[in-house]
Amino acid sequence: MCLCFFVPAEYDIRYTTYEIMLDTIHKAKSVMEAACKDLGRRINIMEVCGTHTVAIFRSGIRSILPKNLKLLSGPGCPVCVTDQSYIDTVLQLADRDDCLIATYGDMIRVPGKGGSLETKQPKANVRVVLSSEDALQLAKDNPAKQVVFIAVGFETTAPATAVVVKEAAAESIDNFSILAGHKLVVPAMRALLSGKNHNIDAFLCPGHVSAIIGYGAFAEIVEDFGRPCVVAGFEPMQIIDGLAEVCRQLWSRKAELKSVYAAVVTEKGNTSAQKIIAECFEPADGYWRELGKIEKSTLKLKGKYGQFDAYRRFNITETPGENTSGCRCGEVLCGLIEPPQCKLFGKSCNPRTPVGACMVSSEGACAAWYKYSR
Amino acid sequence: MCLAIPARIVELDKDKAVVDAMGNRWRAKTTLLPEAKLGDLVLIHAGFAISLIDEEEAKKTWQLIKQINEFQDTQNKLSG
Repeated sequence: MCLCFFVPAEYDIRYTTYEIMLDTIHKAKSVMEAACKDLGRRINIMEVCGTHTVAIFRSGIRSILPKNLKLLSGPGCPVCVTDQSYIDTVLQLADRDDCLIATYGDMIRVPGKGGSLETKQPKANVRVVLSSEDALQLAKDNPAKQVVFIAVGFETTAPATAVVVKEAAAESIDNFSILAGHKLVVPAMRALLSGKNHNIDAFLCPGHVSAIIGYGAFAEIVEDFGRPCVVAGFEPMQIIDGLAEVCRQLWSRKAELKSVYAAVVTEKGNTSAQKIIAECFEPADGYWRELGKIEKSTLKLKGKYGQFDAYRRFNITETPGENTSGCRCGEVLCGLIEPPQCKLFGKSCNPRTPVGACMVSSEGACAAWYKYSR
Repeated sequence: MCLAIPARIVELDKDKAVVDAMGNRWRAKTTLLPEAKLGDLVLIHAGFAISLIDEEEAKKTWQLIKQINEFQDTQNKLSG
């Protein structure tokens, strides 16, 4: 009797999957090597999503890449790209006795003038919420307080904010406002490529942002800048697939728009979400940490929804933030240096006492590098 | 922050849903995905369903989340 008979079916499936995986990795690796050899120089592929950054580090993908293929972690982590002035405004609002701050957990450790939301939390006017709905509920439950929702994130979180702003307007909830800090991915990519010193050959585009905006949104990067744009999911094999596709394009000298995440991302994206964003927000020039002002790269409340803008309600003017001295987050975000090239990295700047935002967020390039690559 | 979690809609009343992923249940809304039906697998991000997803893809992500948790548990044990 064959021994295989005793092997559980599950094992067989795993074994087959393993074989297929190895085969895919080998094929991907040979495309990457061929592209590097053919171009005869270093290839830089930038990912613009914090979740990709972490997935790439954690899975060990970097260890199988050819020496000449570098992955740059771009401005894709919402905490990392939030300007220092925004953080200082949040802290200023947290100091007010009439305010309750509702924030996603990612933001509470970011240092600003006089501490962070975490250090202010004992004052009990900072609440971590899991969704914008929770923030609105907080306003309903605390009519005597002004609840300010710290609305950060890219196109994935923006529609969730828009939904509750619409609800607040419909139900006339006047003790609710949002500090609009939502950012748009494509304008940031354009700004990076318009910079003189950039070294970006191609982009690995964010999976879940693309679920909202559709992969078609990156067509302008391919057309205007001739850079391959490939949307990938977050599972290691999907990322390897995406990188191989980028290399195939670089090798054939033909930049294309492609998605290797067909299960989730369509060309047009989620049109209901886009509609609700457009109904409440309009693109505006805005500040990014260390990258400065980028044209039409942020979302501001428009029309009748303007009354829910915390800047307006508390009469705060937006100004560019001061950069943290010695911190090279800006160069990291632009892909110009790798985190260990910053003098503070791993020394005065570490996950316990972060100096720059890229070390604060677990999705930041510096934090990921510190955790997985030292 | 931009990682969405696949989950199945197990209760649905207008746009208010209860979703289930790996036995964990929580409330979410389908406002951004009006076509979502009871029993559908969807991607949930910050409390909202943003996209439909197929079974195979959902399983991949659940597996990945399981691995992350196991990995972090190991790390915590090692460091703690």
